[in-house]
Amino acid sequence: MAKASVANNVTRSNRKWIIGYSITGFILFITYQFLIPWEGLPLGIYDAVYRWMPPTAINESLVYVIMALGLNIVVGYAGLLDLGYVAFWAIGGYTAGWFMSEFFYFLNINFFGSVPAEAPGIHINFWMVLIIGGFICALFGVLIGAPTLRLKSDYLALVTLGFGEIIPQVFFNGENFFGFNISNGTKGIVGVDSIPVGVKDLGPFDFGWKLLIFLLLAAVMVFVSLRLRKGRLGRAWLAIREDELAASMMGVPLMRTKLAAYAVGAFAGGLGGVAFATHVNGVYAERFNFTISIFLLAMVVLGGMGNVWGVILGAFILSWVNGNGLSAFGQLYNEQFGTEVDFASFTFLLFGLVLILMMLFKREGLLPESRLKLMLHEGELDDEDASASKKKVGK
Amino acid sequence: MANVLEAQNISVQFGGLLAVNNVTFDIPKKSIVSLIGPNGAGKTTFFNVLTGLYKPSAGKIVYGGKEITDLPPHKIAEIGIARTFQNIRLFGLMTAQENLLVAMHSHLKAGITATILRTPKQRKEEREAEAKAQEILDFAGVGKWTHEFARNLSYGDQRRLEVARALALNPKVLLLDEPTAGMNAQESQVFIDFINKLVAERDIAVMLIEHDMKVVMAVSQRITVLDQGEKIAEGSPAEIKSNPRVIEAYLGKPKAARK
Repeated sequence: MAKASVANNVTRSNRKWIIGYSITGFILFITYQFLIPWEGLPLGIYDAVYRWMPPTAINESLVYVIMALGLNIVVGYAGLLDLGYVAFWAIGGYTAGWFMSEFFYFLNINFFGSVPAEAPGIHINFWMVLIIGGFICALFGVLIGAPTLRLKSDYLALVTLGFGEIIPQVFFNGENFFGFNISNGTKGIVGVDSIPVGVKDLGPFDFGWKLLIFLLLAAVMVFVSLRLRKGRLGRAWLAIREDELAASMMGVPLMRTKLAAYAVGAFAGGLGGVAFATHVNGVYAERFNFTISIFLLAMVVLGGMGNVWGVILGAFILSWVNGNGLSAFGQLYNEQFGTEVDFASFTFLLFGLVLILMMLFKREGLLPESRLKLMLHEGELDDEDASASKKKVGK
Repeated sequence: MANVLEAQNISVQFGGLLAVNNVTFDIPKKSIVSLIGPNGAGKTTFFNVLTGLYKPSAGKIVYGGKEITDLPPHKIAEIGIARTFQNIRLFGLMTAQENLLVAMHSHLKAGITATILRTPKQRKEEREAEAKAQEILDFAGVGKWTHEFARNLSYGDQRRLEVARALALNPKVLLLDEPTAGMNAQESQVFIDFINKLVAERDIAVMLIEHDMKVVMAVSQRITVLDQGEKIAEGSPAEIKSNPRVIEAYLGKPKAARK
């Protein structure tokens, strides 16, 4: 009985997280939507929040969470090293740019868009664009994956690196793509439509509400990750990660299974890309550079490959340090000691150091995958399962 | 007796090395046949050809009346040729049950959406698969380790689990690569009984690569001997025991015969 319960923790689903996630999300939402703008709030707290974790920073972190969760499916679940994930971010972003702005000013298509019907350009409803972006990315994931996934480990990483460079470059130089302007090049696409949520439309400054939407998207990714992980496909991914040859000998089609991982991962990239476009209210080619791919990979590795909660933690920590944390700390330090050290410029030095230390002392990540963790803590009963089995006995 | 698997005139060449040379090998239905030979004779290479890992440079493989020479490994596994490995290759960080469920992958149908939505059909399929996995685990004698990680099992249990995993493919042919390596005499005996039970109770044919002659002689209906890629003898255990070419291959030529 005890044995079964321990492993149930690994193989059975656990929906408790939804409660914890909802509560945390709700508190964050209330804080940023109502508490921070509240006039009665002491100025000190207001300043501290804006210095350490302003609304833009937390929203951006959540976009990174969505992306990192997608990359986790490719890297953490299926064990395929992908160094070009930023490509999907870019494609997702431009999908939003194409279908939610006045970019195609010579057209006039409006499909439940949040702008007046006569506005030029293509204006498709945000929620539909999300799905379109996801599917376009999934398609590109399959297109990129089909020729490259036959390669093993290091070679795969190199080719994905190449694609991660090519696709953003295409957009970067996309003012004249075989005669068509697909991206406005370096100028970017400025301004995307607001997000319709029934009662109102969320513009670029509705941080609190957008926080809620990003939380929802991240939750969808967590849900999808956990569900897939426990099903037929997730097992096949894990088997490929463990021993590719044995998996194929046990009837797992390697190509198809890997492509599925790529497609699902890319779908999340599309969601993240669309979300990011609404977050920064535009699409800017120079944002999609190689460091983003590495950055996302570092989030997955730091947090704990294969464990969604670890990946979320990793994404939050790294995007916070990169965006706000380090410069805020630097400001504090400089005020205290009267120095003028530019801390933000040390970001990548710090990341490098952290990754080296992690590889030396905590290779499995901050919150390692439950499989690894369980191995270290065998025999400890999971509370829920223990009470569940008691209930059964009681009945 | 009809053959479930026929390998006809198989040759495998790696560069200049002819690892398997024109070997013909049949596996009759519900039989236990063995492939023996000194180290480097090409036994495992031959196994790898049968399971689609290597493509033969000549010859063809016929399974259940159909040619399968060009099928990819996962297809060959799906249609019913399962194997174990010389050095155990379980999915160590997956539970015994999950190891079997992976092997059932090709027989399960749930797609991405069904898994995400956890449709009643998908749940039913999972439940049935789990029940079937448990049945096979029990049959293989590792039923109490359902939710244990494969790498935590003892060596003997890992060997048994590997056979169970192969059985989860619902195979017609089971290829075992040195299944009793590292087992003591008593464990080997348990294994012999298990193989006999397997063939008796299920519609399955077993092909063994084995170094332990006691096991080979006790369990095989027919033995084939490979040496340097060539088939040098085939016959019943008694015939093989007294075959001079086999003795020569294993022990070298007797002194008197050398000139």
